[in-house]
Amino acid sequence: MTKVTKEELLAVADRAMLALTDEEADLFTEDLATFIGYADKLNELDLENVVPMTHALQQINVMREDVERDVLDRDEMLRSVKEHQNGEIKVPTILS
Amino acid sequence: MTLLNKTTAELQSLLHNKEITIKELTEETFARVAKTDDKVQAFISTNEEKALERAEQLDNEPVENRGPLFGLPVGIKDNIVTKGITTTSASRMLEDFIPVYDATVVEKLNQAGMVSIGKLNLDEFAMGSTTETSAFKTTCNPWNLDHVPGGSSGGSAAAVAAGEVPFALGTDTGGSIRQPAAFCGVVGMKPTYGRVSRYGLIALASSLDQIGPITRTVEDNALLLQAIAGHDEKDSSSSSKEVPNYIEHLTGDIRGIKIGVPKEYMGVGVGEDAKNAVLEALKVLESLGAEWEEVSLPHTTYALPAYYYISSAEASSNLSRYDGVHFGYRSEDAKSLDEIYRKSRAESFGRDVKRRILLGTYALSAGHYEEYYKKAQKARMLVAQDFANVFSKYDVIISSAAPTTAYKIDGEPDDIVTKYMGDILTTPINLAGVPAISVPCGFSNGLPLGLQIIGNHFDEATIYKVAHAYEQATDFHKRTPAIWEEK
Repeated sequence: MTKVTKEELLAVADRAMLALTDEEADLFTEDLATFIGYADKLNELDLENVVPMTHALQQINVMREDVERDVLDRDEMLRSVKEHQNGEIKVPTILS
Repeated sequence: MTLLNKTTAELQSLLHNKEITIKELTEETFARVAKTDDKVQAFISTNEEKALERAEQLDNEPVENRGPLFGLPVGIKDNIVTKGITTTSASRMLEDFIPVYDATVVEKLNQAGMVSIGKLNLDEFAMGSTTETSAFKTTCNPWNLDHVPGGSSGGSAAAVAAGEVPFALGTDTGGSIRQPAAFCGVVGMKPTYGRVSRYGLIALASSLDQIGPITRTVEDNALLLQAIAGHDEKDSSSSSKEVPNYIEHLTGDIRGIKIGVPKEYMGVGVGEDAKNAVLEALKVLESLGAEWEEVSLPHTTYALPAYYYISSAEASSNLSRYDGVHFGYRSEDAKSLDEIYRKSRAESFGRDVKRRILLGTYALSAGHYEEYYKKAQKARMLVAQDFANVFSKYDVIISSAAPTTAYKIDGEPDDIVTKYMGDILTTPINLAGVPAISVPCGFSNGLPLGLQIIGNHFDEATIYKVAHAYEQATDFHKRTPAIWEEK
């Protein structure tokens, strides 16, 4: 069975920008190991010459005319922003 | 409660003859929701004031300008954005998110003259099969309130089954329309990938997601799909193929229709009651002149692991937009930008969402990409080819829509593989991108069972034809849960 260690899981959580509690880390380590162990059955398949399927429909280069049109209103969009000032989104200081 | 017992044609005739107004119909719908939803808990929010205002306006429209759905009430799954109306996706992350535009399907419902009643509960970000992972409420199955309605479109299926609304929109990534439709004894269609625009759908897995109708009858279902289907330049994955007139295909004549019944869908993991209901349904279809044979979809067993890798990978990417900065929940004790990201996500996502983000990120990581994600995409190709092979000889494929009837609330297994096994009959369909419906086909211990009818790409018309003929030859769709009669 595929082993997933807690360190690996925490590294994945770090990439996914998710702070985890210790309890969550243990739980998800076990869950991932269980799932991956089960999904290892995909190794039974001979996939050598199989093309990966990325989409249900094969459409290529869907284009439209580049025409000017109304866009969403800035004030309306800012209504869902927690903190903003002069039409810009506010975040904590990033340079100190 | 009188009006919602009526068929769509009967309601239209009452409206046309001015025996009722759209406003009265809308008022009765809200009265019905007020009475029933305390028990069923299908709605996350309702918008009575706006709906009544709109109903009054619609009443002024001359009868000759009205289509078949004009003035009728509809509920919308809360992962479809509605301008000016909170859209939560059943997550704390979007608890107070007010969209600034309407999804294309919502625009189309408006154009058809429908009256939106409110937003329906779901599993958080549509990740789940019971609607229990909603951050806000647990929806109950109208047939037995101790059971789940299925998921993730559990609110949509329960609202229709409880007689709260005759029409609802759901979304289906791996069975999320068909399984709750089966659990609640209603009709649910997942259209072909690309048949309905996904613009304004809060994405779970973009190569699998589709919006579709949930209704009490096949005819209503066809009418609602007719209203929302078609190309949309705002969704370049939507198809420009012409949308046929579905109602014209509801002829009742299915003589010579060739049905394939995959042996893998009648095997291990599928309950006896579900299998027997399928066999009984095949007898009915045979008596109507259809022919059936056993067929094989040999890669079925690989569909579930492939599905969970692909859908989780796409979900982890789609959900990376929730950063606590632009919109949605922002952690109050974050002291740096980095902490805003990490804490906002940690504090507002539920356990199932975190699990899938982690699985998806894992599968996409350097060193794992080839081993897991790419392998899953290759397995997806084999699953899709299985369907293409069968559809070269058969018109439709038939199975049960779910392995069992609805689970008890809190009764889902903890082990994630056992839990995911509940999706074995529906996920392969999304991988292939073909359309499929669930129609009521029986009961077991008072809980409904659903028959899944799968069609070839863009052949919803044949699915509707077969489903309608079957429905008219049976009476399962006429039965209603006891909650309908409660005063």
